[in-house]
Amino acid sequence: MSARTVLRAFPTLLRVGFAEAVAYRAEMLIWVLSTTMPLVNMVLWMAVSREAPVGRFGEADFISYFLATFAVRQLATSWAAWLINWEVKQGTLAMRLLRPISPLWTYAVESIAAFPMRLLVAVPVVLLSVALVGEKAVPQHAWQWGFFVLSVIGGWAVAFLANVAIGALCFFLESSQKVLEVWLVLFFVCSGYMYPVELLPPTLRAIIDWLPFRYQIGVPVEMLTGAYGWQESLRLLAAQWAWVAVLGGLAAVTWKQGVRRFAAFGG
Amino acid sequence: MNLKRYLRLLGIQLKASGLLSLQYRADFFTEGLTSLFWTFTALAPLFVVYGERPNIEGWSFGEALLVVGWFTLLQGILEGAINPSLTGVVEHIRKGTLDFVLLKPADAQFLVSTQRFQPWRAFNVLTGVGLFVYAFTHLGRWPSVTGLLASVLLLGTSTLLLYSLWILTVSAAFFVVRVDNLTYLFTSIFDFARWPSSVFQGVGRGALTMVFTYVIPLALMTTFPAQAMLGRLPFQSLLGAVAGAGIFAWGSRQVWLRSIRRYTSASS
Repeated sequence: MSARTVLRAFPTLLRVGFAEAVAYRAEMLIWVLSTTMPLVNMVLWMAVSREAPVGRFGEADFISYFLATFAVRQLATSWAAWLINWEVKQGTLAMRLLRPISPLWTYAVESIAAFPMRLLVAVPVVLLSVALVGEKAVPQHAWQWGFFVLSVIGGWAVAFLANVAIGALCFFLESSQKVLEVWLVLFFVCSGYMYPVELLPPTLRAIIDWLPFRYQIGVPVEMLTGAYGWQESLRLLAAQWAWVAVLGGLAAVTWKQGVRRFAAFGG
Repeated sequence: MNLKRYLRLLGIQLKASGLLSLQYRADFFTEGLTSLFWTFTALAPLFVVYGERPNIEGWSFGEALLVVGWFTLLQGILEGAINPSLTGVVEHIRKGTLDFVLLKPADAQFLVSTQRFQPWRAFNVLTGVGLFVYAFTHLGRWPSVTGLLASVLLLGTSTLLLYSLWILTVSAAFFVVRVDNLTYLFTSIFDFARWPSSVFQGVGRGALTMVFTYVIPLALMTTFPAQAMLGRLPFQSLLGAVAGAGIFAWGSRQVWLRSIRRYTSASS
């Protein structure tokens, strides 16, 4: 498989993926509705901050933070691990492996192709946030918008590559569903999904800085709400893309080794 | 005589799923570990929130911990006893095998709701009880006997409510077929029950609290029992919970019967 084949197949794959996303729109809506956790947490933190602000967060800041979380979750998300597990168990992965393009590309493109539909949900939420909180809810400068877009792409890459790496473990473990569950739990605690990471004690924050979870959700959200100057933003972006590189390597290696084993017991 | 027959049937179904889960004994540990993990996620925001404030909407840390305890316990019941069999119904509807269930000479709702249990999921129940003990040692007192009795009664009503809500969700499956992610939707709404219902008072002038008390009775499931344990649930509320749960269960039963009547097998 050469880079040229991948490039040539890309538009077609995107079209197919988009058509699929449109066809399953009702299902997608239900998925969106089932990511209401940021809203639960928003209400909770609003109650907490009613009397006095928490750290630098007042009631309005919590609204914009959690609505941003909701929007970013729609974009920086991937279910590839679940899909890989399912396809390995069903054996349908064999069909994908027969094609002249790596299944990883198809998984990635399927996820990217759903972006327009997901934007349809995310953009109104951000607009709602602006309506409720005012201009403060979104970046003020062009460079901040640029950083935000980069960080969302990075967040998606972190989610996707980690999913592939975990999903590929099912070649060795029979099922990596449990590993995925552990990842998800750590994600909930460490990513800034349930509360701004800033509110944690400093030692915990230092640990979380070194883990990948925050770079999936927390960093894009902080970019959207314009929490940092450009120096700190740049540092966070660099850290995020370093994780993208690490997870990319990890995903490539586990996948390659794993598929070899799949051929061994599937063939 | 009829009751006796159903009890025997229940026994048989329980035994079958018990034997099935004994085959996967390793699950006992993985279930236990994941349940502890999930409990920790439920607790993490609690620690962060109460690191800032000793009191939120009239609930102290130990008291809010009781609500989380009830949430965990009910999650155990939901995932161990209610979820598995009702996911089975969805599968039946999709494949058209529900016909075989309907043909059997016993109540269909009874049959589908008892077809499968996952006893290892009961680990959540233990975790919930552990949380109660921890919360009360933190509060430095123990619940009164009447409070405890009331909370046991409320455990019954909560389970009934949870089950009825589930029956409603499953009845929706007759109309929309692809319902397996409706179950995710349900669990994510259930997430709101993690917190004392008064926390939601600030939104829309208490509209959210009203919804969670009367429309989707989440407050009845976790906040009321926690209040009962603390001995501050008014007697009318207890009565209201029992009556409400009864009415809710009756309503869901009617909806189920109606959807069953409407059901035409998948092949036709």
